Amino acid sequence: MNNSVAKEKIVSLRKKRSLEDMRFKYYGFTAMCLSLAVLVFLLYTIFSKGYTAFQKTIVLLEVDYNQEVLKLTPDSSDEEMEKGKFFRVKKQAVENFFPDLSKSDIKLVKKLFSINVDNEIKDYFLDNPEVINTKQQIWVTAHSDVDQLLKGNSRRDVPEDRRKLNDIQLSYVDQLVEENRVKQVFNNFFFTKADSRHPEIAGVAGSFMGSLFTLFTVFILSFPIAIGASVYLEEFAPKNRITELIEVNISNLAAVPSIVFGLLGLGVLLNVFGLPRSTPLVGGSVLALMTLPTIIIACRASLKAVPPSIKEGALAVGATKTQAVFHHVVPLALPGTLTGTIIGLAQALGETAPLIMIGMIAFIPNIPTGLTEPSAALPVQIYLWVESAERGFQEKSAAAIMVILIFLFMMNAIAVFLRNRFERKW
Amino acid sequence: MSNSKILANSVDVYYGSKQALFGISMDIKEKEVTALIGPSGCGKSTFLRCINRMNDLIEICKVSGSIKVDNEEIISDKTDVVSLRSKIGMVFQKPNPFPKSIFDNVAYGPTIHGLVDSKNDLEEIVHSSLKKAGLFDEVKDRLNEPGTSLSGGQQQRLCIARAIAVNPEIILMDEPCSALDPIATAIIEELIDELRLNYTIIIVTHSMQQAARVSQKTCFFHLGELIETGETNKIFTNPDNTKTQDYITGRFG
Repeated sequence: MNNSVAKEKIVSLRKKRSLEDMRFKYYGFTAMCLSLAVLVFLLYTIFSKGYTAFQKTIVLLEVDYNQEVLKLTPDSSDEEMEKGKFFRVKKQAVENFFPDLSKSDIKLVKKLFSINVDNEIKDYFLDNPEVINTKQQIWVTAHSDVDQLLKGNSRRDVPEDRRKLNDIQLSYVDQLVEENRVKQVFNNFFFTKADSRHPEIAGVAGSFMGSLFTLFTVFILSFPIAIGASVYLEEFAPKNRITELIEVNISNLAAVPSIVFGLLGLGVLLNVFGLPRSTPLVGGSVLALMTLPTIIIACRASLKAVPPSIKEGALAVGATKTQAVFHHVVPLALPGTLTGTIIGLAQALGETAPLIMIGMIAFIPNIPTGLTEPSAALPVQIYLWVESAERGFQEKSAAAIMVILIFLFMMNAIAVFLRNRFERKW
Repeated sequence: MSNSKILANSVDVYYGSKQALFGISMDIKEKEVTALIGPSGCGKSTFLRCINRMNDLIEICKVSGSIKVDNEEIISDKTDVVSLRSKIGMVFQKPNPFPKSIFDNVAYGPTIHGLVDSKNDLEEIVHSSLKKAGLFDEVKDRLNEPGTSLSGGQQQRLCIARAIAVNPEIILMDEPCSALDPIATAIIEELIDELRLNYTIIIVTHSMQQAARVSQKTCFFHLGELIETGETNKIFTNPDNTKTQDYITGRFG
């Protein structure tokens, strides 16, 4: 083949080759755009469904703190005040909410208020005991049905029997809007209260704390065990069949469906060891077992990434193997191990199936304060709310998804921060 | 002989089923520089790493035969490898300072061996080691900076200081200048010449000029066998073996 023929061939093929380049670039760009679009759509859906959950509707209610009705006197002690008959005050306030209400109307009006109103009236009084024998205008929480109507989530043009609020109640609400006696404010309950049967006072605080306690348990259990196991396997274990078998099985365990770990927790932790059901202690233990293989694999990868010359240097000045490993290899691998652990924790945070198996799906209306108290967890809470029939819970579940996503983003941010902070170059 | 420091007798080394060294016997004198030369893969580094048992790190490596350091057998399960390594320092091919401060790099050895009782003692050892390695004047104002921030030649001298700090008697150097530029190499060679007064040094090198410059004894390895050993002058001017002759005149390797 002479020179000019070769040149011609190169030129003709060159076009094809650059076209190939272009095409691949285009494919890659399309793939990226597609995945971004899906992500944006997902986030948009969640946000547009959920942002209303951060607001609640409140109604202006005139409350007469009459000492006769309360069965209190201005000189009553704090303890006596706690026991005041606030439900009677509330009843009276509701009866006088609109002028000249009939008995059946009162029943309808009562349903415009949240069940929590009794407490709100009481709390207001306990904070300001001097209001006794005065009439006070208090903003109290509206019922979820009113809330949903005003947020536009439930429609008023459907037939009356398929609506939560009947025509009379609708006219009451309209009247309230006209008189500026309702408004929407920031929903503090969503962040300060645990789960409830009533959507307007249900919050994520309980399940958030539950998830926090669960993750704490996971971290305490899995971090030291994973470090120990991976350091042993990477640095000390003899290279023989048994070690190989263990290594293969760690990878296998990482692929075991999480519900199997849930069954293990149910069968062993609950039934054999008799640990308390539905608690972060058990949930955390199960999730720790589930995340251990992931963390061990990440830890081993980061231990492997430490250049052997560092260990050799330490050994050559007469360090023992343990000293060489713990003075030099482990500190250098620490950023990687921490990142691996946080990724494992993030996986544990989103896990639902094993928690269902060990009973963390129970309805828990309290905020847990310890590892051995029954509690919910965020993903299970979402599952519970999605399942609920009430409209009010729909926006709650979307909002809870936002909370768990922000939690995850924060954990990943911490992982990135730790990696940048502790990473050392050599 | 009385001033023999290391005495190797028919050392065989296997990597798995592959034999890397064939019956190496060698007598290394105290306070001399012995150079191990030979083409790549001839086993000189392998032999060097037998002396401080670094080959233990390689799972498939088996060493047999006898190496005596100060008349004590070290190829044995009973050998205390840790104290052996405190007696035999090692400098590697690629500078490998710890990713810590210059001070901590040198201080690490004395600290783990408990050679110092007070902070002042430690400071003294670190300073004197850095001085002996000819690095002190260059780094005295930045002892807290990471050792990895130094230049290649300085890093290698830092590694020498680190080895000296535990007060060894023997220093093994595995191609210490192969990653360095000519000026840094010259500095290290000068340093080796000075260190010879206090330490027994064994240096593996690819550069025959370097071997000729720094060593008193030279051992020529070829395909896992020790072909010839003798006074450096003699090896480079009038070797007995034709293979040695061929290698140093550049006919192979």
